[in-house]
Formats: sequence, C-alpha cells, structure tokens
Amino acid sequence: MKKHTLTGTLAALLTLGGLSVPALAGPEDVVVVNAWSRASIGMNRPGAAYMTIRNTGDEPVTLIGLATPLAMMPKIHETKTNAEGVSSMSPAGEIAIAPGESVALEPGGLHAMLMRLQEPMTEGDTFPLTLLFDDGGEVTVEVPILGIAARGPED
Amino acid sequence: MRRRAILGYGAAGVGAVALMLFVGWWQVDGPGGPEPIGQRPVALTAMDFRLTDHEGNAVGPETLIGRPTMAFFGFTYCPDVCPTTLSDISGWLDDLGDGADEMNVAFITVDPERDTVETMAEYVGYFHPAIRGWTGPEEQIARVADGFRATYERVPTESGDYTMNHTASVFLFAASGRFVTMIDYHEPREFAVPKIRRALEEEMEGAT
Ligand SMILES: [Cu+2]
Repeated sequence: MKKHTLTGTLAALLTLGGLSVPALAGPEDVVVVNAWSRASIGMNRPGAAYMTIRNTGDEPVTLIGLATPLAMMPKIHETKTNAEGVSSMSPAGEIAIAPGESVALEPGGLHAMLMRLQEPMTEGDTFPLTLLFDDGGEVTVEVPILGIAARGPED
Repeated sequence: MRRRAILGYGAAGVGAVALMLFVGWWQVDGPGGPEPIGQRPVALTAMDFRLTDHEGNAVGPETLIGRPTMAFFGFTYCPDVCPTTLSDISGWLDDLGDGADEMNVAFITVDPERDTVETMAEYVGYFHPAIRGWTGPEEQIARVADGFRATYERVPTESGDYTMNHTASVFLFAASGRFVTMIDYHEPREFAVPKIRRALEEEMEGAT
C-alpha cells in the first residue's frame, strides 16, 4: 500500500515535468514541493505563487526574501480574514521554519506575491523563484504556471 | 492660590475624563461609531443600486429576484483571495450541475476605478460561464456594499500601487430576495455545496 502510494507520487512527479522535484541547491536541508502559480492577464496585475517549504535538517532556517527575473518586487505576503469575513493582505516579514517543520504558502494565507511583473505569466510556462535565507543560503525552484482558475498544484 | 490651582486642575481633570468618556461612547456606540459590521445583509427587495454587468446591461437588485443568488465582492487585481474564490464558486457550480442554471451569480467589484466593464468581461471569462461581473460608479458600489453590509477599503502597497481589503464571504439569497446565509472564505466544499442546495430548495418551496 505504502509502496503503491510512493510509486504514484513518483509517477506524478515525472508526468508533471519536474513540477515537484525537490529543490536541493543551497541549504541542503530545505525541500520545496508542490510549487504552482496562476497565469496572469498581461503584466499590470500582481501574480502569486504557492508551495510547501520543508526544513528536513536539525537546525532552524529563516526565509527572509525572494528573487525572480519574472517580477521586480517579489515578496512574501500573508492574507488574513478577520471575524467579520474581511480579507486583507500585508508583507509577512521573516519566516522561521523549525527543524522537521514545513510552511505552506497557499491561497488565502502566506503567498509569494509577484509585484511588477516583467512579462506576462503564461499558462504552461515555468519561472525560477529563488528563496533567500538568513544564513545567505538560496534555494531556487522552478514554478509551473497553471490556468487562472487553478485551485491547487494538481489543477 | 495653590489650592485653587489644584482645584482648577481637578475640575479640568473631571472635565477631561467626562469628555473622554463621551468621545469613547460617541465613537463606539454613538452616532459617530462605525457601521456594525457582521450585521445581516438586507433583503434584495430592500436594496437600491444601479450597476452595469460585464456585457454592458443595466442591472440592479431586481435583476437578482426570481432566482436564487450567489454574490461576492472582489476586484480583478486581487492576486490571491479573489481568483481562489471565483475558482471555488466555479467548482461549486460544477457540483450543482443543472442547479447552476437556476442561479444568479454576481461578482461585484470594489475597485471600479480599474475594473471597467471590459476588464470585468475579460476576467469573468476565465471562470464558470454562470458568473456575471458587475461594476459601476463609485457611489453605486458604496450603495450595494451597504445593502450587503459588506466593507471594503483601499490600501496602498509597497510597489506603489494599491490593493483592496474587502469582505471575502459569498452571500446566498433565496429567489424571493431574502438573505439565506453566507459561505465563508476557506469553507470546505462539503459544507458550501449543501448550503447552496438549501437556497435552491427554498426557491422550489416558495414557487409551489
Ligand atoms: Cu499579496
């Protein structure tokens, strides 16, 4: 059963053309999986990208910023929805990930906000997104661009 | 002299406290207070606004009466919550199947400055065909939000642009125009879809 699940995941990884291949460059202990983003309409609107960042090491890591040739101002944002159902978005600051823990960037929560796009985000393309850590380490992940109406990495 | 000064301060102090209490009451409970948010929307039959849909048709609350309605506030420059909600709504409509044809679905912009009729037309085109985009003059947007008891606010971003904070819940109304319930952001599909079915059934009962 377990083996089957693993095989399925592997097959999914292969068919999605590297979509979820763990990024192992830079701090070897950081693994990024399920990265995805939505296509944009032109370049005027900001984009958003999502992923799960896992710290598989024994030391805490702290994500301090983002870099990508796609956007002049990529930043980690957090969307919050208050008790009255009003949603707002603001810069999230630094994100510490304890050893063995993961942080999910997902719709309605933390997200990679891609401000000042340099080119339109086209469905089917990918773009490199580099995560910057406080120890100077970097992890670059190739983010696939899905349709505007995508709901998650599998859409 | 000294005593008088102290008395003077004392009186001023009492006055200041009274003033503070009054100001506090005025701002929190009094007429200067904010609209109590979280209040139930009024019935569509009690609303009054004029907007334009993404095909250029004049629309108002009467457009929605006669069929159950799902309505949602947002803006097309929203990178996170709005595309997610519109995708969610599209998914719910797919689940409803034929029931989707029995509903009005309105996506009402809170950013009419950027969301023109043409912009709304292009944007809603990416989602379920039942979703209509509504926009209009600033003061009409304020009126529709007031009827729904929805709030929105323009907030500058670090990129020099602006974003909008806004009520992210989806509003459900019965065919009669009566407000039924809200679907909160992040509400799982297994709760959302039965809520919509309930609004649809209410319409059937009302019709028979
Ligand atoms: Cu953001």
